[in-house]
Amino acid sequence: MSASENTLAKAAPAPRRASPAWRRGAKGWLLPCLIVIVLEIVVRVGWIPAYQMPAPSDVALTLVELAQGALGKHVLASVGRVLAGFVIGASLALVFAAWVGLSREAEAYLEPTFAGLRAIPSLAWVPLLLLWLGIDETSKVVLIAIGAFFPVYVNGVAAIRNIDRKLVEVGQMYGFSARRLTLRILLPAAMPGLFTGLRSGLSMAWMFLVAAELIAATKGLGYLLSDGRETSRPDIVLAAILALAVLGKLSDGVLAAVERRCVSWRDTFTGEATGNRS
Amino acid sequence: MSDALLSIHVRRKTFGETLVLKDVKLQLQPGEVVSLLGPSGCGKSTLLRIAAGLDRDYSGELSSAGESVAFVFQEPRLMPWLSVARNIGFHDDGHYDQAWVRQLIEEVGLSGFAEALPKALSGGMAQRVAIARGLYSRPKVLLLDEPFSAVDAFTRMKLQDLLLDLARRHDIALLLVTHDVDEALYLSDRVLVMGHRASGIGGGIDVDLVQPRDRRDPVLAELRIQALTQLKSAHVV
Repeated sequence: MSASENTLAKAAPAPRRASPAWRRGAKGWLLPCLIVIVLEIVVRVGWIPAYQMPAPSDVALTLVELAQGALGKHVLASVGRVLAGFVIGASLALVFAAWVGLSREAEAYLEPTFAGLRAIPSLAWVPLLLLWLGIDETSKVVLIAIGAFFPVYVNGVAAIRNIDRKLVEVGQMYGFSARRLTLRILLPAAMPGLFTGLRSGLSMAWMFLVAAELIAATKGLGYLLSDGRETSRPDIVLAAILALAVLGKLSDGVLAAVERRCVSWRDTFTGEATGNRS
Repeated sequence: MSDALLSIHVRRKTFGETLVLKDVKLQLQPGEVVSLLGPSGCGKSTLLRIAAGLDRDYSGELSSAGESVAFVFQEPRLMPWLSVARNIGFHDDGHYDQAWVRQLIEEVGLSGFAEALPKALSGGMAQRVAIARGLYSRPKVLLLDEPFSAVDAFTRMKLQDLLLDLARRHDIALLLVTHDVDEALYLSDRVLVMGHRASGIGGGIDVDLVQPRDRRDPVLAELRIQALTQLKSAHVV
């Protein structure tokens, strides 16, 4: 082999003139900080009445107050529901996605039904779930599971069907059994698409959590939202929204970190080559 | 001949209504290098896929050394999530023969790249990995489908020499599909010229030159004319 080919390949990933991580992070904080400062000024000056839009500092105070009180209980209730619903919905979705993705026969039987169910706006299930399961935990978890199911299922099937046939052929050349083909080629190759599905499924789970808790709950962040509305406390509503944002971001961050570990082999566009850096 | 490593007789092979191969016979002796030369769509890749057992939808006979046939595709087709070493030992999942893989990495000239991911490799390097993966199962026959068509001319020459070297070292017979006249003549003991669809294997050219050959050898130039004449009479060029 050529020495030149060697050196070329080694020289390629030379250290880039990338901006340090903290600078990139700082860029992301710029806009939110600006919004908070402007809001604070606008409210303090009196251009917006405080009973409609409380000053960010008031929201922060409310949040601190809640944190010392009942916030933990609400957060715990919501996180528990989202976790339970997401795990149930996503697991079922992965099973069905694998089944439909791997078998034409299963697709013929199942896909039309799923396509039909998918066409129903998931919130339309709420009255039925309340009738069947009552207003306790079960109906909420089931609703969240329904919300998480479809993004994971749709992306899962697409991920399997988008696998490069040429890679599958390598396994066929080796005479791999169906099981081995699935474990060695199909599953890893579908991984990026599966993660896309899981992440959008998780964000749907949070969305449906709020829907479920707005309708009937005695605790949880959705309850806090409706409680804030009923008692005319926009600061509580905003505090709950903030808590939801943080929790959503945190849970997505966990999934994103797992994704980075699992699919670091991907050779994809990172936005670095467009010249829009610095 | 009964001692052939690979013996194919395809009576008919169709894709839907289109007849692709008709009454094509091919044998490969131990240690032999044979090229199938022809235009796109002449069925040469199909013939190779039949030889590999990837295509079973035809009428005819195939007798091959079974397990000891390996295939190198036109593209490297490496698993992008596996390191070079794991790609080479792909046949045996996680518990591949590490010493053998290390030796193969050495032999294809990729020392130091065992843990690299495919995305870090150039096209030529990736194809070296693909060849090493083909050799991993210690085949007697290596089938190659236009293996160097996607790399630049200089890399191609280096890879051709590498392939011949490996074939000799491990005593492997090569059956190679190509549309590069020079490549066919430089590599092979026999070149089989295939005409357009279903016209079968027309002539053949025996290349009686010892390896290693010189690309500038005037005999090769003469054979080149002969090959082009056959291609012309088959209405390929």
